Amino acid sequence: MGIEAILLFLIAGLALVGGGILMSMAVAPKLKTKVKAEPFECGIETFGSSFLQFRVGYYLFAIIFLIFDVETVFLFPWAVVMKDLGMVAFVEVLIFLIILGLGLLYAWKKDALKWE
Amino acid sequence: MYLSIYDFSSFFQSIDNWLTSTFPEPIATIIVWILIGVSAIAFTALLGLSLVYAERKVAAWFQLRIGPNRVGFQGVLQTVADITKLIMKEPLTPGTSDKFLYNLAPFLMMLAPFIVIGALPYAEGLQVMDLNVGVFFVTAVSSIGVLGILISGYSSNNKYSLIGSMRSGAQVVSYELSAGLAIMVIVVMSGSLQFSEIIEAQRDGWWIFKGHLPVWIAFVVFIIAGTAETNRGPFDLAEAESELTAGFHTEYSGIKFAFFFLAEYVNLFIIVVLATTLFLGGWMPLHIGDWEAFNNIADIIPPIFWFLGKVSALIILIMWFKWTFPRLRIDQLLTLEWKYLLPISLVNIVLAAFIILMGWHF
Repeated sequence: MGIEAILLFLIAGLALVGGGILMSMAVAPKLKTKVKAEPFECGIETFGSSFLQFRVGYYLFAIIFLIFDVETVFLFPWAVVMKDLGMVAFVEVLIFLIILGLGLLYAWKKDALKWE
Repeated sequence: MYLSIYDFSSFFQSIDNWLTSTFPEPIATIIVWILIGVSAIAFTALLGLSLVYAERKVAAWFQLRIGPNRVGFQGVLQTVADITKLIMKEPLTPGTSDKFLYNLAPFLMMLAPFIVIGALPYAEGLQVMDLNVGVFFVTAVSSIGVLGILISGYSSNNKYSLIGSMRSGAQVVSYELSAGLAIMVIVVMSGSLQFSEIIEAQRDGWWIFKGHLPVWIAFVVFIIAGTAETNRGPFDLAEAESELTAGFHTEYSGIKFAFFFLAEYVNLFIIVVLATTLFLGGWMPLHIGDWEAFNNIADIIPPIFWFLGKVSALIILIMWFKWTFPRLRIDQLLTLEWKYLLPISLVNIVLAAFIILMGWHF
């Protein structure tokens, strides 16, 4: 099958998860009480807001990830034609990766990759 | 020597011919769609059940226990009993949660690996869609799963779920880079993104044998990054019980929890199938140089068994990691990726391109 199989798998996946939940709704007991609606968290009563501050480090890693993920997207077409283009493609990607490597080195030296 | 009787495509072609000759065109197409859809669902369910059973049995062997052995022969029906129990449990929704996102997360979690399953090659002709950008498609779609993790942690309105999902998200996106670069080494070597062509390129030897140093490095990096991407083994700090209860799926119960569990094992299967296809020749039998007799015997074993054998071996390896290495801390985890695996992968891809340029691979 060709590309339309993606649509087929999307529908079948929805049927799998939706069917499972519907089946469970049909056979599982339903009894809503106040205690059941409380979040479990770690077993004891929750206190305070659940939306904590978390460290800025996650944000830095997300930014660096974005750069390198886009780089991966650029590299995929190169990887396919590398064999045919030969020396030109090799030199070009070498320059590309050296620039990126310098970027990683800069982030490293700036302690953006440090987690303490 | 090559045995064409193991080619599945003629088998499926005959079914297709029979359907189109018996029914009018639209009905035949619908029947084909239903057949494929139902078998994909059955395959996924069977996969989840058998992998959970295997996990419990392997864990038991590593700890010198017996493991499940009461329900069915050697406990093979244990996971069926478990899933039946989970379906019959009341699915609780915390009153303070974001209802829409809370219910959306299991769908996102499960859909991404389920679509990927359709693009993977299992044997000659046994592949639903052989896309010409197959490798790219798989890496792109499988990274949607991280949205499910983040949404489930955010919508549960629970401190530990939120921390667990943030950790998990950072981990999955980080290790995606190394995994992608490791895959790219094979793309450079075979010059194609299509799974069938990558496997065809390994007819005279798997990449792990004929690819020299860059492929060995890429294989090790891919196995480490793949284990981390599936939140398994020593990298399961998102669900470190002692600090975070159960991580991002703490608030889920009943069948919705079951889907999180199923998605984890389907993701494991996808990583292992990718490693098999790209590095270990997929369904290609093992051939050793000019050992005629050995090669002929290897050809007689159907490709699907070669495929399943390699996949099972890698699955056992990844389960072995889980019971051998202690769990990493989040800073160790990110250091391992950003300061070791990523620079190694970047140098490795240049090395692979250089070897291709010089024509040193054989």
